[in-house]
Amino acid sequence: MSKLTESKEGLRVLLMGNEAIARGALEAGVNVASSYPGTPSSEILENLSRVAKERNLYVEWSTNEKVALEVAAAASFAKLRALCAMKQNGVNVASDFLLHLAGSGTRGGLVLVSCEDPGALSSANEGDSRHFARLMEFPLLEPGDFQEAKDMTKWAFELSEEIKNIVMVRSVTRMSHASGNVWLGGLPEPQKPTKAIFKFEGSLLEPESGPVFSIPILHRHKLQHQKLRMAQELFEKSPFNTYQGPEKPDLLLITSSACNLYSREAISLLGLKDRVGLLKLGTTWPLPTKLVKRYLSITDKILIVEEVIPFLEENIKILAAEEGKEIGTKTFYGKKGGTIPREGELNPDLVASALSQIMGTPYAPTEAEYEKDSQRVLASIAARDLAWCPGCPHRASLWSIHKALQMDNCKGFVCGDNGCYALGIWPSGYSILKTLHSMGSNLGLASGFGKLDAFGMDQPVVAVCGDSTFFHATLPALVNAIHHRSNVTLVVFDNSGTAMTGFQPHPGLPVDAMGQEAPSLDIARICEAMGAKVETRDPFNLEETRSTLNHLMEQEGVKVLILRQICALSPEKRGKKRYQMRVEETKCLGEACGCNRLCTRIFKCPGLVFDNEKKKSRIDEVICAGCGVCTDICPAGAIIREEAISS
Amino acid sequence: MKPLAQDPYNIIMAGVGGQGNVMASRVLANMLSLKGYWVTIGETFGSSQRGGAVMSHIRISSTSTWSPQIPRRKAHIIIALEPMEAIRVLATYGNRDVNVLANMRPIQPVSVIAGEQNYPTLEEIQDTLNRLSSHVWLIDATDEAMKLGNPILGNIIMIGAISGLGLLPVGLDDFMEAIRDTFPEKVAEINRRAFEIGKDKMAQ
Repeated sequence: MSKLTESKEGLRVLLMGNEAIARGALEAGVNVASSYPGTPSSEILENLSRVAKERNLYVEWSTNEKVALEVAAAASFAKLRALCAMKQNGVNVASDFLLHLAGSGTRGGLVLVSCEDPGALSSANEGDSRHFARLMEFPLLEPGDFQEAKDMTKWAFELSEEIKNIVMVRSVTRMSHASGNVWLGGLPEPQKPTKAIFKFEGSLLEPESGPVFSIPILHRHKLQHQKLRMAQELFEKSPFNTYQGPEKPDLLLITSSACNLYSREAISLLGLKDRVGLLKLGTTWPLPTKLVKRYLSITDKILIVEEVIPFLEENIKILAAEEGKEIGTKTFYGKKGGTIPREGELNPDLVASALSQIMGTPYAPTEAEYEKDSQRVLASIAARDLAWCPGCPHRASLWSIHKALQMDNCKGFVCGDNGCYALGIWPSGYSILKTLHSMGSNLGLASGFGKLDAFGMDQPVVAVCGDSTFFHATLPALVNAIHHRSNVTLVVFDNSGTAMTGFQPHPGLPVDAMGQEAPSLDIARICEAMGAKVETRDPFNLEETRSTLNHLMEQEGVKVLILRQICALSPEKRGKKRYQMRVEETKCLGEACGCNRLCTRIFKCPGLVFDNEKKKSRIDEVICAGCGVCTDICPAGAIIREEAISS
Repeated sequence: MKPLAQDPYNIIMAGVGGQGNVMASRVLANMLSLKGYWVTIGETFGSSQRGGAVMSHIRISSTSTWSPQIPRRKAHIIIALEPMEAIRVLATYGNRDVNVLANMRPIQPVSVIAGEQNYPTLEEIQDTLNRLSSHVWLIDATDEAMKLGNPILGNIIMIGAISGLGLLPVGLDDFMEAIRDTFPEKVAEINRRAFEIGKDKMAQ
């Protein structure tokens, strides 16, 4: 039995934030869960998919976040409980439907979990989705520790059913991917609900039995505001809002989310427990105004600690302005004044530095000499730039694209999108990607560039996407490019899964999230049916890939090259070497070769290193995955591949 | 539950993406959680695993959850699966009292492979580690793991070594209990051997 389905109430277990969220959903008796994979959100659905059978859940990896939210909403409309999880960028994708949904309202408890990435540790931006709650007028909860990640998720279902609208739970990387001890609550008996039914016979004005619209708009909008006020009243008494500190502190620190843990630690580091009060808000939209007003009254200096956008700060300042007559003038410290950094994630040191500045309490964690020595050491050690794993098909694929563009020699360029191949923006990925935006923007941009021939542009345009990205958002751009006769070449890196986030299945695979057989959609046949010229190659065959790409680029219209090779980290392939690799020392000429150390200086595979003593290249046995690609890189024929004896 | 030398007691486990750093830190954290301590793990994974520096922060307390990020200079133990990563972590989280256990098998960053930057010599690494810490223990965990047939076992050898040093109140039984639910039975035995090799190395 997994920790997630442990039925013993009151047991204390170590859970990752995302596991705690999944457990909270199970304790709430969730019926349906949907998601599109994205760091740091993916483990929520992964965990739910593992227990789907045992708990009678329907779980799916949807084709994108908008569809995922629609799938979850359908369950809610049929009076079931549903959870939809995504990363911050996914909320943007889902937001079109989300605005309508917040207006139409929901029936069964519907919880949207957004796992965000301040500091963009694993994202192409550090977007903040909290403003969607204010913009689209639905409640927002932010867990301040792991216990709350579970408890709040569970309560979010109850709140959603109480107000009949969607509720958003917002986590961050340092909550979702961090772990802590959690007391388990009871788990309801797994049971199939009595026959699910979508009621629509009632009138337009009956939210529980009529059709589900945001129409009549003004009527529903008014209803939506009533729902928000109901949530606000519940927030005033919520145990998720806590205060720790003296009755009359010198400074009130207001915070939420993982910043709660940083703030607690910073106060402790500076020994300021008797002078600084900590108001931790778990219900951050709509603000519990009476509660916040009460705490604003206990002191005149307020520090707001939060990540990315000054969301709490702005909302609290508006409240302070409205209540100014009663609570008096306050001095605010936060992002606006520069006390808290406006970019990047926070940590205990940054909060300690802010507190030190405001309170005049010096903080030096170590003596100057040690600090100076450390800084000198830090500056001297080599950076560890990200690079594709040894044996990664992307290295071979992007190498061939790089070569094809070089040979074509017409200033061709590549429009990228999000996946491991986004490392193609760096020198370790041959700096080949020249644009990188949202999912599917690869071909959308390329489709546009491909029409600029009307203005004299004659550069070849290549777009790249992954197999999962193809289904997520590249398809509409492909329709657009074909219909408008744009001249572009799309390269699809088909590595048989949503690899970057942990091999979740997508519509191109014959299996679904619950491990059941599913019809797989054939990317090549889809593209052909749409009217594109399609070729499929193995990227490990460098020369064939390169020449095919050059051939396709010479042709008019939309061409698709599918490069099919399974991810090196996939469970099927991991740890299995196809080739035993070695460098023939007598053949490797090192710097004298004239190749400018192509293998180590340009190709840059972590498994192929340069031995500075022997002045020759060398295979690092521990790292090499045995893909054999580098054999074809070496002009001297010094890199030898031999079929590995399978163990 | 034994009282801790410091509360919270802070451990950093560092290495390079692909070395099994995340898994090892979870095993160690689970061992401590099963002993009754409050454990918090802070880690990043996702794109950082692609050959980048990887670091897990483990915090142990008798009373509560702590921040998933350890403040600068507040590490009590640094466990490094790769020698240059020991230095990188020490330079930010180290202090005069910190203990360091480091695996000596280097993994070259691509900038070093390309000849753009240098990898420090063994002497330079040892000198820096000694200068910036209280105690240093070095171990050839990867070499020992290769003898067992799989370099990835270096991470478990390191956990065995930390147990052998007696700095944390955990032993083989705790290890076996911690992996019982997550490791398939057929790999539990090889992991037990890896743990014992690490433990014995430090007892010598």
